[in-house]
Amino acid sequence: MSGESTYDPGTGFTQWLDTRLPILRLAHDSFVDYPTPKNLNYWWTFGGILTFCLVTQIITGIILAMHYTPHVDFAFNSVEHIMRNVNYGWLIRYIHANGASMFFIAVYIHMFRGLYYGSYKAPREVLWILGVVIYLLMMAAAFMGYVLPWGQMSLWGATVITNLFGAIPLIGENIAIWLWGGYSVDNPTLNRFFSLHYLIPFLIFGVVILHIWALHVPGNNNPTGISVKSEQDTVPFHPYYTVKDGFALSLFLILFSYFIFFAPNVLGHADNYIQANPLVTPAHIVPEWYLLPFYAILRAVPDKLGGVALMFGAIFVLFLLPWLDTSKVRSARYRPLFRQFYVLFILDCLLLGYLGAQPAEGIYIVLARIGTIYYFAHFLVVLPVLGLVEKPKAIPESISEPVLAAKPAE
Amino acid sequence: MRKAIKTILGASVVAMSLIAPAQAAGDAKHPGVIDWSFNGPLGTYDRDALRRGYQVYKEVCASCHSMNQLSFRNLSQEGGPEFSEAEVKAIAKEYMVEDGPDDYGDMYEREALASDRFVAPYPNDNAARAANGGAYPPDLSLINKARSGGPDYIHALLTGYEEAPEGVEMRPGLYYNPYMAGGKIAMPSPLMEDLLEYGDGTAASVEQMSLDVTHFLNWAAEPELEARKRAGFMVLIYLAIFAGLMYASMRKIWADLH
Amino acid sequence: MAEQDKPTAEQPNRRDFLYLATGAFAAVGVANVVWPLVHQMNPDASVKALASIEVDLSSVETGQSITVTWRGKPVFIRRRTQAEITEARAVAVTDLPDPQGDGERVQKDEWLVMVGICTHLGCVPLGQSGDFNGWFCPCHGSHYDTSGRIRKGPAPKNLEVPAYEFVNDTRIKIG
Repeated sequence: MSGESTYDPGTGFTQWLDTRLPILRLAHDSFVDYPTPKNLNYWWTFGGILTFCLVTQIITGIILAMHYTPHVDFAFNSVEHIMRNVNYGWLIRYIHANGASMFFIAVYIHMFRGLYYGSYKAPREVLWILGVVIYLLMMAAAFMGYVLPWGQMSLWGATVITNLFGAIPLIGENIAIWLWGGYSVDNPTLNRFFSLHYLIPFLIFGVVILHIWALHVPGNNNPTGISVKSEQDTVPFHPYYTVKDGFALSLFLILFSYFIFFAPNVLGHADNYIQANPLVTPAHIVPEWYLLPFYAILRAVPDKLGGVALMFGAIFVLFLLPWLDTSKVRSARYRPLFRQFYVLFILDCLLLGYLGAQPAEGIYIVLARIGTIYYFAHFLVVLPVLGLVEKPKAIPESISEPVLAAKPAE
Repeated sequence: MRKAIKTILGASVVAMSLIAPAQAAGDAKHPGVIDWSFNGPLGTYDRDALRRGYQVYKEVCASCHSMNQLSFRNLSQEGGPEFSEAEVKAIAKEYMVEDGPDDYGDMYEREALASDRFVAPYPNDNAARAANGGAYPPDLSLINKARSGGPDYIHALLTGYEEAPEGVEMRPGLYYNPYMAGGKIAMPSPLMEDLLEYGDGTAASVEQMSLDVTHFLNWAAEPELEARKRAGFMVLIYLAIFAGLMYASMRKIWADLH
Repeated sequence: MAEQDKPTAEQPNRRDFLYLATGAFAAVGVANVVWPLVHQMNPDASVKALASIEVDLSSVETGQSITVTWRGKPVFIRRRTQAEITEARAVAVTDLPDPQGDGERVQKDEWLVMVGICTHLGCVPLGQSGDFNGWFCPCHGSHYDTSGRIRKGPAPKNLEVPAYEFVNDTRIKIG
């Protein structure tokens, strides 16, 4: 989309089409001849992997919807029907269930790559914000999807999360009732969650198109964070990055397959194989692993409204990130101090994730509070200050310079 | 970035090793690990164990526990106990199920067919609860997946009944079992030596019956296990070769650049 | 891996072969993934298990029909009158659009058992109507005779006779 199109429509049908709907030209310019920095490492392959994850979830999801019944009396049994009777039903369900986890593994790597190499900085702020929107939609889709099998964790997870909205002053109670379509999580809730769970992936798909559009205007960032200066710095996307993404995807699929075929339930929770029972709460309610850090933040605050506000704040602070980081240098390669804080930040996120799975008592609460404070301090104090006090390392003239120097490292 | 990753991994390992012992010290006794034939990447069920396990379920567990997700026909399907279809028909015939309404609008009883579900001991949950002193005997279709610890836990629970230690007060109708969270369980020890006579002549020790029925319950929870592991093995071989081909292609394509 | 990559000379053949092999291998993988995605829509194990039903015929008088449901489809069971049987037998089989003798379509002359789905486009025909005193499909005007054979109209085949057997004199098992 940047620069002149190099598409040659040839003759005949493709030329005819090109003057009417230049869709092949768009595809060619976006995914074939799109100039890509030649020094992208494997951390950059997760964009392609995420696209694969989205398509996989949509296809398997459409299939599951053919056999699933969104009704409290039938939902649990219809999932078992899929597992036991439908041809390859177990395979399709396990792909979908583990696919959600794989999706989040990939998106977290993708996000932390952006954080490390400063991919959110000008001129890519909109690209980053669209990414955060996708992440939010993913969490909504994953949460509602987890409700559908109507096991104990489905019901009680939904109860806990929808009760969060009850914390909103004045109208909170009414919002919760509106979300439920009743006075607790029940059949109307399940039914609407199914509808929305089916809708959201297509919204994600739409925002992904915008995300790619916003990527292709300024072009990719790269491990040096230096802007592309000449054609020498780039290679066409195809075949160089299609093959590299393909290789990375095949490795990712090995991990994915391991979970599907040999450990399909380790990422889930045993209690979700017990049918939902509104009279009995499981001893220990935990969300799926990818939501645990936020859950830890929620529980770290002794006040209900405060906890909810901080939990949502932890996501919304990401929207402000492009303006909170005051450093003009993009890549952490040339920011020695930032690099140390970056490691601290990841450890903090892992700690919060761990604490989210522990009972909310004693030492765990104290650690969660420290973790929460550090989480926000990273964005609101560390990043703004660091940009002002840090002395970056010498930055090369162009992308090609360190690439040529570092050869033959892959 | 590589250095950053190493630091993170290192720190996480240290942190986990510091916190992990605190987490492991839970309420219930930890079940021992059993080397089930269905463990491992190429694990399969032991047909004889499945058949004996079904006998234990049928003659012992089924008097209180339903298995609503299973049909008689499942007993003959591939990857399960693999009874013959005639055997399954004979098993089903032993049960009566309600069907109807007939042409006059009445419900009637008939012999069960292979396509019918396992017949539950109680008509509904409330009846089950009422008959068992208020404790609901859970459906066993998914029990191995619905309990953390899976088959190891079930076997440990079945064979782990003990006298309540000093100081633990037991209400009547509760029994002491250290593997149960809280130590108290409403199910009395269900197995005793020679409770039944195995069709294949195996000695019916408590240990043997528990292993067999747990084996059977694992199949009931994961009837697709054998097909899944077999398919997974092929998929991994395929992906390994495919990744190799992709890698070689990538090297060739990128070699042009230098 | 690195040794054979030396760009000493152009080796288009080996190179093309590698790309071809990778592409072909990928295609095999895709085909294997597509099959489960397609096959999941075929009848599942629980549907296949419900393939047979038993019907009590003791209350059906001569000249009466009953309709039962089998595999989600109506099955017509008619106790034919002697006149209907005679009429069905009198037809010259070779003149029929779908030649079939009445004897091939029934196990006992009196009892006609067939799937009540018009072989044209799947409507349910009306009984004892049409030009041949059999069945008539109102959707597109197909006429069937007293043996359920197509005689006139767009339907290509006779009404289907399902597999069934007499358990005893008054009970049949369909499927």
